Amino acid sequence: MNTPQGLGELNVDLNIDNGDFITFYGDSGAGKTTLLRILAGLTNPEQGYIEFDGQVWFDSQKNVNLPTGQRKVGFVFQDCTLFPHMTVRENLRFALTPKASVDIVDKWLDVMDLKGFENQRSVNLSGGQKQRVALARALVNEPKMLLLDEPLSALDIDLRLKLQDEIVSIYQKTKIMTILVSHDISEVFKLSGKIFIIEKGKIVKSGSPQEVFVNNNLSGKFKFTGEIIEIIKEGVVNIVSVRIGNNITRVVATDEEIAGLGIASKVMVATKAFNPIILRCEKCDSS
Amino acid sequence: MHYDLQPLLLSLKLALVTSLILLVIGIPLAYWIAFSKSRLRYVVEPLVSLPLVLPPTVLGFYILLVFSPKYFLGHFLESAFGMRVAFSFLGLIIGSVFFSLPFMVNPIKAALENFPVSLIEASYVLGKSRRETLIKIILPNIKSALWVGLIMTFAHTLGEFGVVLMVGGNIPGETRTASIAIFNEVEGLNYDTAIFYSLVLMMVSFCILTVFYSLNRKQFKIF
Repeated sequence: MNTPQGLGELNVDLNIDNGDFITFYGDSGAGKTTLLRILAGLTNPEQGYIEFDGQVWFDSQKNVNLPTGQRKVGFVFQDCTLFPHMTVRENLRFALTPKASVDIVDKWLDVMDLKGFENQRSVNLSGGQKQRVALARALVNEPKMLLLDEPLSALDIDLRLKLQDEIVSIYQKTKIMTILVSHDISEVFKLSGKIFIIEKGKIVKSGSPQEVFVNNNLSGKFKFTGEIIEIIKEGVVNIVSVRIGNNITRVVATDEEIAGLGIASKVMVATKAFNPIILRCEKCDSS
Repeated sequence: MHYDLQPLLLSLKLALVTSLILLVIGIPLAYWIAFSKSRLRYVVEPLVSLPLVLPPTVLGFYILLVFSPKYFLGHFLESAFGMRVAFSFLGLIIGSVFFSLPFMVNPIKAALENFPVSLIEASYVLGKSRRETLIKIILPNIKSALWVGLIMTFAHTLGEFGVVLMVGGNIPGETRTASIAIFNEVEGLNYDTAIFYSLVLMMVSFCILTVFYSLNRKQFKIF
């Protein structure tokens, strides 16, 4: 596979239960998208074995390679892959198998809140609308597995949060096995039951969001995840500005605490040693 | 003064037939060159562009040679179908198809090579075959390239001279296209007729090209 450092190797061995919502988490180039594409059948590994629900999809030793179209997976790509010459409705209709009823299209237009947009082409839709159509199109055929390749990474945070909720609600309604690829910690925390952390082509850790991310040395009362947007040195301490959701928090940190961290580093901000205070907040943002 | 519109009609007929044949041949050929994993495409690709390099008269001569009744292909055509390539409209078609091949194939090939892979993959994941993907997803989104190929082929064939002269033999009503007819009239010092043919050819060509280009503008423009 191609990594920022050049050609790397993807070496993975995992078991997932049907009906689970799992996430592949890791940096760019770690191999998570490649892994997803291999599952979908868009890329083939040199060596490997893939079995789903008793059906062998890929076996390099026996030269078995079920074409992607026959694996019945739904795939949502990272960039917009709606067919530009078709309206929303036509995009969904195209996805249907010949035997399926056309009413399914209307049902999904409803579920994804797209009524009123069905005759628009993708060029006239917003980013959020496009990804909702992409999701609907992936689900219209009732696939056995839903593969999401960083579907929300191009959206702004408010939209991202809203669509995350929609993904959760779809999962709860359909109970379809879902694999999400994401590099957003908060997204991963919120959505998935099990996380596989992939680094340099290997799975380095797996488990529930709590097990995998939380450093148990820290017994704080609050934990937030965010990213550093500014570090200013002031005398012997550093003032670190961290973006948490839509808010920016300033934290004082020593040189040791910020060793190895820089702008855009993902960090966890926690409180300890005192009781938080509760204040009424009329104008608080729900994010 | 005898103004005969036949050469003009012959030119238009040749251009139309050639363009349609090349549309049918060109799309699969361009698709194969763009997407095939076979190494053969490294040979076919330059071969397709070869007519651009060859002098038209040379190309015409090669066609006469290949289809000569002295050799297998020409002999077969003559005995089985009674068809003769030299000095016939059929010969003109064959010559034009080879000569204008790169004009149709190259724009389509370029559009296919630049076509977003993710759209094709999205179609495959939905279970659609390669054929269905080509017809329903790819072609509608490269309409611009298809029009360009059509326009270039049509225009190029209208103006053809060398191949037509070699293969056609300047037979009135059969192979005397407008370009040949103009040359004829100039040689025969009938400048008025030559000018008439030239003007009409230019005006007709200009009108047709204008229509083609404006239709292209209304088509769905992509990438």
